[in-house]
Amino acid sequence: MRTTRILEWLGRLYIWLLLAFLYLPIIIMALMSFNVSPFYQLPFEWTTEWYASLWQNDQLISATWNSVEIAVITTIICVLLGSAASLALYRYEFRGRKFLQALLFPPIAIPWLITGTAMLIFFFGVGIGRGLFAILLGHVALALPYVIVVVSARLQTFAPELEEAARSLGANQWQVTDRVTLPWIMPGVIAGGLFAFAVSFDQFVVSYFLSTPGQTTLPVEIYAAIRKGFTPEINAVSTIIIVVSMALMLLTARFFKFGGAK
Amino acid sequence: MAGVQVSNLSRSFGAHKALDDVSIDFADGGFYALLGPSGSGKTTLLRQIAGFDFPDFGRIAIGGESVERVPIEKRRIGMVFQNYALFPNMSVADNVAFGLSVRGEPKAVIAAEVQRALDLVQLGKLGSRRPHQLSGGQRQRVALARAIVTKPRVLLLDEPLGALDKALRVDMQIELKRIQREIGITTIFVTHDQEEALTMSDRIGILRDGRLVQEGPPEEIYDRPKSEFAATFLGDANIFRGDSTGNGIRLQDGTAIAAGAGAKLAAGAKASCAVRPERIRIATDTGTPNAPNANVLRGQVSKRIFAGNNSTYFVERAGQTLKVIVQNTGAERLAEGQDVVLRWSPESTVLIAAG
Repeated sequence: MRTTRILEWLGRLYIWLLLAFLYLPIIIMALMSFNVSPFYQLPFEWTTEWYASLWQNDQLISATWNSVEIAVITTIICVLLGSAASLALYRYEFRGRKFLQALLFPPIAIPWLITGTAMLIFFFGVGIGRGLFAILLGHVALALPYVIVVVSARLQTFAPELEEAARSLGANQWQVTDRVTLPWIMPGVIAGGLFAFAVSFDQFVVSYFLSTPGQTTLPVEIYAAIRKGFTPEINAVSTIIIVVSMALMLLTARFFKFGGAK
Repeated sequence: MAGVQVSNLSRSFGAHKALDDVSIDFADGGFYALLGPSGSGKTTLLRQIAGFDFPDFGRIAIGGESVERVPIEKRRIGMVFQNYALFPNMSVADNVAFGLSVRGEPKAVIAAEVQRALDLVQLGKLGSRRPHQLSGGQRQRVALARAIVTKPRVLLLDEPLGALDKALRVDMQIELKRIQREIGITTIFVTHDQEEALTMSDRIGILRDGRLVQEGPPEEIYDRPKSEFAATFLGDANIFRGDSTGNGIRLQDGTAIAAGAGAKLAAGAKASCAVRPERIRIATDTGTPNAPNANVLRGQVSKRIFAGNNSTYFVERAGQTLKVIVQNTGAERLAEGQDVVLRWSPESTVLIAAG
């Protein structure tokens, strides 16, 4: 009895330590975005000054919007292309299918530093150069394999008889996809989209290589700002982003349970 | 509604001949069972008729119209799958409505037809349920309602009762037969369960290794099997092998067995005789005089299995184990080790060409 209770207690302690490890730095950062002192000095004095001055910081705001836009467009493109590719890989037997599938994994494993360098050189060579369009292309290339892997995993749980049943009832290829297959893979598509959004929105290395001073994303802008000298505005913008993205994640998890059965 | 004609159908997957020159005429409104062991080609044949796969050679006609190159969605067939294949994201009513809905039927028509189909399978009140809230038997009925609501020309069933337990299966057999009679649809039914094939169908086709072994009404196949395979796959049979005497065979030890049914074979050819276990009478050595013309063999009971309404005796005779099934009429039971005489009439003996 006593050992069970001790084990139970240790287990709880472990969970709390883990949560602290994950969230403490974030909580401190969020708190400091409301502290008067720009140098993390205590005692804590409440202010919204940093949020007000963030509002004035055009560079940071424009970089934030760039990041959001690029992440949203990347997500849309990757979800459309990735789901279509997953369906094709699932439905059709064609020459080189296995080979193509195998080729999807290495880009996930190749360090972003190397991918970024390669893209920079390539984009210069073909005349795309640097800038927001180059960043978007780079992000799509980085995020696409994630979507295909996640959606394909979901498709593995799909019973092929469902498509056959739909066709036997007179449904054409579009109706089958629209009414039977897509509803089934939707949790995978949502999860894949979240991955794509995260890969793009968090992306620093590749964006850093492909951005120019006017055309940049938030992570690159934060990095540049920190090098110039840290300001609590960065705490403020980070706090806003954390709140928004956590709310998004919680909502999705609540409604879709990440690819599990409904 | 329409009949289905399959002529000289062949389909290979690599070196494997899944269907080898199969021809069957499925009569309009009939209930047809395709029976065979796994790998016999029965499911391949069903999928060819459905249109999931196209043949290498041969012709498939539904209602006289060649369909072997017509894609499945244009064939107007109804199919029930082994695992039901109900759409998990839709309610029962939406599942049944699917075929009408993709055709663009008006909503009011769909609602009325769906209700009629659900009433037919006695699920009229469960339209708003989801498939996962139903029992196996109920899912089976939904799958059936979904397949027939579009008024298909042919109903195809792929081992539809395989996933149900024994008692439910018998209920569904009766139910399926009732619905089939009520709408009079040509029905082709794949099964590996011989009892199911015997009780439900008007005609049975037995397949083996991609070839049609025999086809005909259940009684004919059971009473007049044309091959050892047909005799032993559909029901149980004792097989004797020897040389044809024209109207029977002579075993290696010289014993003659008279056959009153089956193939006409020239004397001297290799041949077999098949006898159903329930056609053989078993008695102790003493007593019972020889009936005229009866086939008579002596042997020794090696084992008796009591199954309530009947008993199965295993009788050793010249290195061969024979099976005899005796109804439980209250008569004295024979003990293991007992010497016995087996008698049966030539009319119960079917002569089969060897090979």
